[in-house]
Amino acid sequence: MTDWHAIITYWAVITLLVFGLYIVTASSNLVKKIIGLNIFQAAVFVMYISMAKILNGTAPIITDKINEFSAYSNPLPHVLILTAIVVGVSTTALGLALIVRIKQSYNTIEETEIRQQEQTEKE
Amino acid sequence: MKHHIILRIVSKILIPIIMLFALYVQFHGDFGPGGGFQAGVIFASALILHVLVFGLENTQKVIKSTTLQIFAALGVLIFAGVGVVTMLLGGEFLNYNYLAKSAVSGQHLGILIIELGVGITVASVILLIFYHFAGLKADD
Amino acid sequence: MFICVIGISLLRNLFAGAILLSVYSLLAACLFIIMDAVDVAFTEAAVGAGISTILVLATILYTGQECQRHIKIKWAPLVLSLAVGGLLIYGTMDIPAYGKKDNPIHQYKVTKNYLEKSQKETGAPNIVTVILASKRGYDTLGEVVVVFCAGIGVLLLLGGFKRKSKNKLNTTNETDNEEVPS
Repeated sequence: MTDWHAIITYWAVITLLVFGLYIVTASSNLVKKIIGLNIFQAAVFVMYISMAKILNGTAPIITDKINEFSAYSNPLPHVLILTAIVVGVSTTALGLALIVRIKQSYNTIEETEIRQQEQTEKE
Repeated sequence: MKHHIILRIVSKILIPIIMLFALYVQFHGDFGPGGGFQAGVIFASALILHVLVFGLENTQKVIKSTTLQIFAALGVLIFAGVGVVTMLLGGEFLNYNYLAKSAVSGQHLGILIIELGVGITVASVILLIFYHFAGLKADD
Repeated sequence: MFICVIGISLLRNLFAGAILLSVYSLLAACLFIIMDAVDVAFTEAAVGAGISTILVLATILYTGQECQRHIKIKWAPLVLSLAVGGLLIYGTMDIPAYGKKDNPIHQYKVTKNYLEKSQKETGAPNIVTVILASKRGYDTLGEVVVVFCAGIGVLLLLGGFKRKSKNKLNTTNETDNEEVPS
């Protein structure tokens, strides 16, 4: 087990992640679910980037002045998260487009009301 | 937004600067932070500002929705086309060493071209998505 | 950041939620700069704080701002999220400390290879761009295709809006089986 203040950044990220998960599962409004999903996503991004960091390091752009710093941070997680952010915004756009279609069909975006309408339809 | 004269004039000044910054980010991406994704988003946001201030119809007079569809496909085509060209020049798919005489300049050229493809696709797709969301507002 | 997240979970006005989401993304971008990830911070500030917020705002303009009031805390989701959080915290007990140079991730061969050779091979000093465009070209190609597909999807979902809107809005509260399954 490592020292607790060396991993407290991860705990902060986990707290954000729990909030995001709670918003996704608890709220019945679909737009709010998308917002929760974005929070969850950003928390995961922060976690990845925090793994790449080296204390006293610098950004992975090669310069001649590297002697002032001890090292470059790890570029590989940066690339992965860079692509993940853009994919994230495209999924968000697609989800919001689906919500608009749901609004057009059911005239509501509350999950509970949609379920009620479905049940009255069956009966 | 016809009455907000300050907004209109300031955004008229700002839009070209934002576009110029997008191009800087696009082609300076291999020296500083930046690249195709960021440049595409910034370029799209310049036009989104145009939509917000001057209205959707006026922006669609400048860039039509169908033009954007063509550009979105063009970006992917540039990216995949570079891969095919490297295959024709004797290398593997997306192996940029064969694009120029020396491997280093070939790599540099390849990175620039595919970043351009990425930028075109991202900019046009995001603008296309925004057109459709903004069109909803006008209809309702 | 925490204030933003708590605000989003408590407020029922979606407009405030969207603006707080934007602030949250901007703060995440600041965190990325602190952690030396300038490219990621750039993207997060442009995409997360800019484009996502604008899309959410455009959606709630169409769907309405208020969401249902629920005063009481829902217990099942709360227990679920807390359980997930507890498990993750249990998992962090074995994780290596933040920011140490000798963590396993920095010792990995591929990373050293990228850091040492990429400038000689391509002449571009920004390693993130080099990996993105050259070393992981397939990855980026697939991702551009994903963005393209998202564009096509939004086009298909919202493109036929004008044709259908008139007859849909009248029959929403009655049965409209034609629209629902698709």
